[in-house]
Amino acid sequence: MSDAPRPEPDALLKEASREGRGKLKIFLGAAPGVGKTYAMLEAARRCATGGEDVLAGVVETHGRAETESMLRELRVLPRQPFYHRGRILHEMDLEGLIAAKPDLALIDELAHSNLSGNRHEKRWQDVEEVLSAGIDVYTTLNVQHVETLNDTVARITGVRVRETVPDRVLEMADEIELIDLPPDELLERLRVGKVYVQDQAARAVANFFAKGNLTALRELAMRTAADRVDAELKQHMAANAITGPWPTQERILVVLPEGVVGRDAVRIGKRSADRARVEWFAMALTSLRDEIRTTTMQQGRADALRLAERLGAEVTIQQAERNPAEEVVGFAERLNIRRIVVPRPPKRNSLLCHLAPTQHELLVSGLVRWATKFELTLVTDDERPARQRLRPKPPPMPDMLRMLGIVLLAVAGTTLLAKAAELFIPVVSLSLLYMTTVVAMATRFGRGPSITTAGLSFLAYNFLFTTPVYTFRIWDQSQLLTLVLFLAASILTGNLAARLRDRAMAQRAIAERTGKLYEFSRRAAAAASFDDVVWAAVSHVATVLNCQSILLVPKKTVGLTIVGAFPPEDRLADREISAARYCFTHGEAAGRGSGTLPTSRWLFLPLSASDRRIGVLGIFFPDGQETAHSDRRLLEALADQVALALERIRLTEDLAQTRVVSEAERLRSSLLSSVSHDLRTPLVSILGAAEGLENPGLSVDAQRILVETVREEGERLDRYIQNLLDMTRLGHGALKPNAVPSDLRELVGMARHRLRGPLRGHPVSVTIPEEMAPVHADPILIEQVLVNILDNAVKYSGPATPIRISAEVRGAHAHLSIEDDGPGLPPGAAERVFDMFWRAEQGDRGQAGTGLGLAICRGIVEAHRGSIRAESAHDGEQGTRIVIELPLSNPETFP
Amino acid sequence: MTAHILIVDDETPIRRFLRVALEAEGYAVSEAATALEAVSSAARQTPAAMILDLGLPDADGVTVIEKLREWSHLPILVLSVRSDDTGKIAALDAGAQDYVTKPFSTGELLARLRGLLRDHAREATPASLTLGPLEVDVTDHRAVLKGENLNLTRKEFDLLWLLASHAGRLVTHDMILRAIWGPAHVEDSQYLRVYIRHLRSKLGDDAANPRWIFTEPGIGYRLADK
Repeated sequence: MSDAPRPEPDALLKEASREGRGKLKIFLGAAPGVGKTYAMLEAARRCATGGEDVLAGVVETHGRAETESMLRELRVLPRQPFYHRGRILHEMDLEGLIAAKPDLALIDELAHSNLSGNRHEKRWQDVEEVLSAGIDVYTTLNVQHVETLNDTVARITGVRVRETVPDRVLEMADEIELIDLPPDELLERLRVGKVYVQDQAARAVANFFAKGNLTALRELAMRTAADRVDAELKQHMAANAITGPWPTQERILVVLPEGVVGRDAVRIGKRSADRARVEWFAMALTSLRDEIRTTTMQQGRADALRLAERLGAEVTIQQAERNPAEEVVGFAERLNIRRIVVPRPPKRNSLLCHLAPTQHELLVSGLVRWATKFELTLVTDDERPARQRLRPKPPPMPDMLRMLGIVLLAVAGTTLLAKAAELFIPVVSLSLLYMTTVVAMATRFGRGPSITTAGLSFLAYNFLFTTPVYTFRIWDQSQLLTLVLFLAASILTGNLAARLRDRAMAQRAIAERTGKLYEFSRRAAAAASFDDVVWAAVSHVATVLNCQSILLVPKKTVGLTIVGAFPPEDRLADREISAARYCFTHGEAAGRGSGTLPTSRWLFLPLSASDRRIGVLGIFFPDGQETAHSDRRLLEALADQVALALERIRLTEDLAQTRVVSEAERLRSSLLSSVSHDLRTPLVSILGAAEGLENPGLSVDAQRILVETVREEGERLDRYIQNLLDMTRLGHGALKPNAVPSDLRELVGMARHRLRGPLRGHPVSVTIPEEMAPVHADPILIEQVLVNILDNAVKYSGPATPIRISAEVRGAHAHLSIEDDGPGLPPGAAERVFDMFWRAEQGDRGQAGTGLGLAICRGIVEAHRGSIRAESAHDGEQGTRIVIELPLSNPETFP
Repeated sequence: MTAHILIVDDETPIRRFLRVALEAEGYAVSEAATALEAVSSAARQTPAAMILDLGLPDADGVTVIEKLREWSHLPILVLSVRSDDTGKIAALDAGAQDYVTKPFSTGELLARLRGLLRDHAREATPASLTLGPLEVDVTDHRAVLKGENLNLTRKEFDLLWLLASHAGRLVTHDMILRAIWGPAHVEDSQYLRVYIRHLRSKLGDDAANPRWIFTEPGIGYRLADK
């Protein structure tokens, strides 16, 4: 705690977001008739006389004379008429109010529901808008209209109000003023007719205004205001970095140190919290040693923690090694806790307490010394377990016997050694040999065996080496001293070594857990898909905790669905399903070992990342054991990691989705531009030529040229359309080659025949061996490929330039190449020419074309298990060569 | 003589320009826009040939062919779209004689139509045929191109004779295989490919730039008629 306290950023942000907004003040009352409106008007009048521009947006006077006279002193906004079911009703003129832009607006009855046709459904929404326009607002509210208190109020009074205001509106308020009137006075006002009662409430009015109800409502209102004041204070403290509790509400913290069950302390904490109607917390203190305790040892306290959770406490687990009190005080200060409840430590010998204090004792004495700012309550934990439950359960008998055997063996061995060594070293030094054995036993087997070894060694040494030898009597004073010192030293060092061993074991346990977590995050990071992460999660949880695991995530239409399980499992019983659902909707653990639906055989933990709930992780121990506390912690940590991993995958997939969408968007716009520009170009020529033909004075030659234009451009248009169709079919995977043995020469012939118009004037040379084996291809599709390539060759090379077509067999493929002497490909375009809508020259300068031709070629050729590439025809100079590889047809035997 | 041609297409502009083109060639023309009209016109007017679009609003063109074939041998020329090769094969199987692919050139259509009418008119095939420089004589199994004997084998001659007797018209693989190799070899189109290649080389024809034998991919062959 060396850092100077700094304001919490969240709190600062919250403050900052309020700037520029108007301030909201709510006059809160327990019931109608307590005088909220009057109080509001009074406050408004004070502001008005102070020079502020006050405008009454809407104020319900209910015909009360003093209220009306008060209102007359203020500027009142005319109400807006609304025709509602044949009647004219009046509502607040929201736009007029915002346009008038007063400093302060009075808007009565915050819970009012607007007539349909207004901008907002509820008046509090109007208020929000006015506030965001920078206008301060005074408003009134009865406590029964607060959303979360609605049920309570209905229970108390038997009257349910339908108009509610969400709690966050209350939280939004900068100030809440409680308008309080003792029930007797309110009843008196009611009797003399000073209280206006709405029609619908009239029937229930006798019930509602019963004194008991009013008292309860009054208390509710007071508490609401008090909660609010407390929240304000907390925020003020956080924003201004004030530490230390301000004695407002008595928040309560129940601390459960090691070795207590604490159920009673939890109950006492809950009772106090209920009585004071405050939040409360439960905190378990652990230590390294705790990590290695057997599960039964911790079971009692784990149960108590779960009980606390069930009773509404916020539960935390804190590791505290040296100074548990410091941890507790720090925590209590941060959460503004006033009262700390601790179970009383069991009575022990006071000397022992000083020499080897338990964590519990350390805590209590520390709290007494340091927690001066807090109220400290020591409670008697009646349910104190039998003393032996505080100690680790003794190991079973066979283990004990085995251990005793080992100890005896060790002592015997050491004794033999000592007997032999007696010849060389003085007797006094022999004790060192025994000491070594004690330390070894402590490091290897722990405290118990080491102390036993010490005791036995003492006896053995005494019996065999001290005079008189072979008796337990000791004559020599110095030898007696040696023996006593030996015993003390060996117990002490044994103890020390045992503690070291404990610590090492604890560290190992922690390292193991961290390792398991790390192992999972490594696996999750390597997982590329949602399914991979799910599988990594369920298999990891199952192997680490030695249980069965299952993962459920919500699916759009069917709700929570099993997406993975280890061992694989695709159904859960109804009981388990409802536990999983509860867990998902409420975001808290449910099922076995939790407070909710404990009859479920599975335990479910919610998976949440950022502000989203992602799914539910369930575990099940087939042998029926409950989750041990430390396992539960590991499980929770794992659940967090699983959630993060799933969230990461979701984000990645979202990103990929966006990319796909934008790719589709790009293609769509390319297609549009292609259709609008490139398909129109031939049409322009056709229409122009047709019009030209209408001219009667045209020469025969001119007519022929025009007619030719119409025909050629028409054919071109047809090719474009064919390409668009093919592309669509390729895109839908509907293009399935109907492959038959086909002669490349014939295919080339067909393509040339179809393109005879554009090819006119281009010398075309075909070098294909007459006896070349046929390719395995769909002739119609490959003809389309050749037409597209030849069409490109014509388009991009100059008039009357040669085009060379050649083919040869290489292995199991035919290589067909088509060369032109055009300008060649721009650098780096060799691959991109096969992209959809790519053209060597863009815009109007370029040749008309859809930019689809080669993309279709590639689609078709690849559908044939062939390949197509573009390269330079003359070593990077000029000319383009397109090379197509197609599989040869299986040469069959021929009669 | 003026042959009467029935045009069946639901697109008015197509019927209009076909009528103009056909009437310019001296044919008499009547029109139908639906399958129903087509069948009834064919029955009432007994046209010499029918030009049939496969995509009709009320029924598939193939259905029209099947209906007609129940009682008539009226030659049918089918108009199909390029991407629909299964449609045109079905039409040929149902009994249509030939097809042109939309968009087609009028010249091509007229040539096909001529072939159709000529073939149909010729009930008994003459013993020898002359297609421009090519003469084929069935009596002594001789084919002569520009005065030179082609020295065809028996099967090659049969193939050429079959194509020549349908010159200008489509002859499907199926038809050729059935006629020359027998019904058992209908699936063996690789026979045909090899023989066509031999025939081509003897005719001095180049598949990459054909003069005589034109390939209709996946469907059949067509011999030039002059």
